[in-house]
Amino acid sequence: MEYEAVIGLEIHSELKTATKIFCGCATTFGAEQNTHTCPVCLGLPGVLPSVNRKVVEFAIKAGLATNCKINQYSKFDRKNYYYPDLPKNWQTSQYDLPIAEHGWVEIDVEGKRKKIRLTRIHMEEDAGKLVHSGTTIKDSATSNVDYNRTGVPLIEIVSEPDMRSAAEARAYMEKIKSILEYIDVSNCRMEEGNLRADINVSLRPIGSDKLGTRTEMKNINSFKSLEDAINYEIERQADVLDDGGKIIQETRTWNPEKGITQSMRSKEDAHDYRYMPEPDLPPIVTSAEEIESFKKSLPELPDARRERLTKEYGLSDYDAGIITSSRAMAEYFDSVIAEGVDAKIAANWIMGDLSKNLNAENLTIENSPVDAKRLAQMILLIDKGTISGKIAKTVFVEMWKSQDSPEKIVKDKGLVQITDTSAIEGIVDEVIAKNQKAVEEYKAGKKKAIGALVGQIMKATKGKANPQMVNEMLSKKLN
Amino acid sequence: MKLNEKSAHELHEMLIAKKISSVELTEEVFKEIDEKENKVGAYVTLTKEEALKSAKIVDEKISRGEEIKILSGIPCAIKDNICTKGIKTTCASKILENFIPPYDATVMTKLSAINPVVVGKSNMDEFAMGGSTENSGFHVTHNPHDLERVPGGSSGGSAAAVAGGEAIFALGSDTGGSIRQPASFCGVVGMKPTYGRVSRYGLVAYASSLDQIGPITKDVTDCAHVLNIISGHDEMDSTSSPAEVPDFTKSLIADVKNLKIGLPKEYFVEGMDSEVETAVRNAAKIFEKLGATLKEISLPHTDVSISTYYLIAPAEAATNLERYDGVSYGARVDGIDVVDMMKNTRSEKFGEEVKRRIMIGNYALSAGYYDAYYLKALKVRTLIQKDFTDAFKDVDVILAPTAPTAAYKIGEMISDPLKMYLQDICTVPLNLAGLPGISVPCGKTKNNLPIGFQLIGKALDESTLIQAAFTYEKEFLK
Repeated sequence: MEYEAVIGLEIHSELKTATKIFCGCATTFGAEQNTHTCPVCLGLPGVLPSVNRKVVEFAIKAGLATNCKINQYSKFDRKNYYYPDLPKNWQTSQYDLPIAEHGWVEIDVEGKRKKIRLTRIHMEEDAGKLVHSGTTIKDSATSNVDYNRTGVPLIEIVSEPDMRSAAEARAYMEKIKSILEYIDVSNCRMEEGNLRADINVSLRPIGSDKLGTRTEMKNINSFKSLEDAINYEIERQADVLDDGGKIIQETRTWNPEKGITQSMRSKEDAHDYRYMPEPDLPPIVTSAEEIESFKKSLPELPDARRERLTKEYGLSDYDAGIITSSRAMAEYFDSVIAEGVDAKIAANWIMGDLSKNLNAENLTIENSPVDAKRLAQMILLIDKGTISGKIAKTVFVEMWKSQDSPEKIVKDKGLVQITDTSAIEGIVDEVIAKNQKAVEEYKAGKKKAIGALVGQIMKATKGKANPQMVNEMLSKKLN
Repeated sequence: MKLNEKSAHELHEMLIAKKISSVELTEEVFKEIDEKENKVGAYVTLTKEEALKSAKIVDEKISRGEEIKILSGIPCAIKDNICTKGIKTTCASKILENFIPPYDATVMTKLSAINPVVVGKSNMDEFAMGGSTENSGFHVTHNPHDLERVPGGSSGGSAAAVAGGEAIFALGSDTGGSIRQPASFCGVVGMKPTYGRVSRYGLVAYASSLDQIGPITKDVTDCAHVLNIISGHDEMDSTSSPAEVPDFTKSLIADVKNLKIGLPKEYFVEGMDSEVETAVRNAAKIFEKLGATLKEISLPHTDVSISTYYLIAPAEAATNLERYDGVSYGARVDGIDVVDMMKNTRSEKFGEEVKRRIMIGNYALSAGYYDAYYLKALKVRTLIQKDFTDAFKDVDVILAPTAPTAAYKIGEMISDPLKMYLQDICTVPLNLAGLPGISVPCGKTKNNLPIGFQLIGKALDESTLIQAAFTYEKEFLK
């Protein structure tokens, strides 16, 4: 049977506040174990939480940036479950009055734009980290707990089950990541676990509007795993259904080494979280004025920026979408064109050679060895005719290796474009002499034949000749 | 009168007049402890060394001619659910038998400004769950007025210590009557301030929306002095009130003229001890004689306050006590894996009453039961609050018995939890409404057991309670 996949995501994002959600401890990643702790985040007897208002601000901004309604009256709740990395054995989270609800974002997949609805965004605290003596908790004789991460603020962004493919799910998560980066509330470093997703997947016969039984995969922390896990789960569920079986509602884990999902616990083993309003914290009341001022403080968001780039600079929607997908890339682009570079050429270089090199070395654009200024200088050398577009590729490679200016590289490597006709007159004549066949074809009306001659001349000049000039010289000599 | 029978403000006068030293006074208290502690059992931990050190500091200040604060150098008891840095804080539970907090509760930080002489950490019902101090994980506390009887609870150790001269004043905590009821059983003054008046930071939580720290003292004057020190907004407690704190000693005025006192008919319940009823009604008459007006009022939801309390408090307790799992502090009983270890630790180290309330609480919060129990209880709670709001339109304070009986015999109630819960009928409504209440001695039964009445005030109006209680006390002691 043909099935349609129904996918929903719960994205957890650590917020980049300086201190934890309910105490004054630092949130910095990678500190020595249990050094960022105090009685409050250790959940010692007698302690009480106090809300970090910055967390509320960041959560509201995330809500506003995703078109949510902000709840001016919101509250925290206790989500109770026993786990050794959770010192109080409850997670302070939000249950029925989350900070933001009913939002949406747009994604573009295969040229189609689609709205994905957000159910809610709520605030909560992160748990600590278990450090096992073995590889997993099961094969460890002992485990220690590092409480540094305990109380680091999180927002959980819950989508409606509006996605129909792994590609859509990926595009959605990329969009969320991009928005959170734009509004500067999360570092979104997936490798450090500060952006991770729980995925719900179910199948239904195409045409049906009833939801099938879903499975959940927890803590997916890369885009590749997200796509692979969804694709695997869609196939697995389809096989089960095709064989006349039933999908069991359960939590499964994604095993990236084996490329499969595995059953973790069934619905029967699911926790009853016994949610209860947090009596130690008064409700979070936010005034309309505060919300308005947060709204005003938001930067231009990715969708608006993309639209602006298409309108102002005539970039294609696709190119503008890529350039604006991350705030860092959009800012890089802005810096390049601020130097007077043509926008389309800048976009081509950023999406082309720059991205290719960054990806190859697994670098982000913030850490690019070629900064926006040098890239702009290089492109300006093409504009001025100092180098050809082709030579520029060589210059770019050199710039990647050293911090020298493009001018210096061009000079040192002798890559300056030849614009003086006398300098290559001899070469042009030689090429004409040696390629009489092409010359005759050209003269017989096959204008394209000139290309072969240009190519020969470029080769002979090691690409330094200005192709337009060569064209003109040839036309003159052959007519 | 022996030194340790005097009030803190009397002893303060003697200290600054250099008639006694704080060390002498402290030695006197410890002499009393040596004599009767094995019979009374008011304390879990005694801190004689630290107490004498503190007393010495105060004596040095006096001898240097420095001014000392009113409670400086006066021996006090701290209920063992209030965190004391470097001193064991057990909540009278085996699960925290060896727990030494690395921090001070806010009330301790405030107290330390006046160089208190902390005699020790007083016994209580485990995690403040109980009304007799029989639920202590370590030992039962006996009423100094009659050693066969309970001192009340859960702050029974604090009340017994003050009543028996083993401390001059004490701090207790009150979630459903745990300061007022033992004060009444032991013949001392006890006040539960308005919810939020005193910071709960460092008070080991039983039921967070009900818990409040308060003074247990020999008289109303001492009560005002202690309240002055411990009250006030605290950044560490988001539920603490930002309201300004008045000087409560300014209310130590003998005047109740035109004070409108309400007598809630629902508090004079059936099955109430007739001697208690008579004593409380006599107290009302004294108020009337002194110029107050009496009015019978109704608090119609009083009858459901017990069931409301016994859903909300256990629900909060069930989550508050989840942290005692043997992982990073407190007792641990090993198991085959971490879950087994947690189960063993909690099964072995929590007492029966604690386990009972954890189970009730979890039941009330479970999926499918939440709306019928916990949510319903929250709704009834607002009705109880409204009862008081309505009543306070007509009266300034409400007068009621603190408990339906005087101190009962040890073992008499412990096997019948429900009967024991019903004892809280006069005290729990205030906690549910967040209102202040003070218990004041008003006579004795023919068996020579203390009886107390309770004055209930409007939110943040402890001043009126102190003034009324002070006026009565002055008349009563004549």
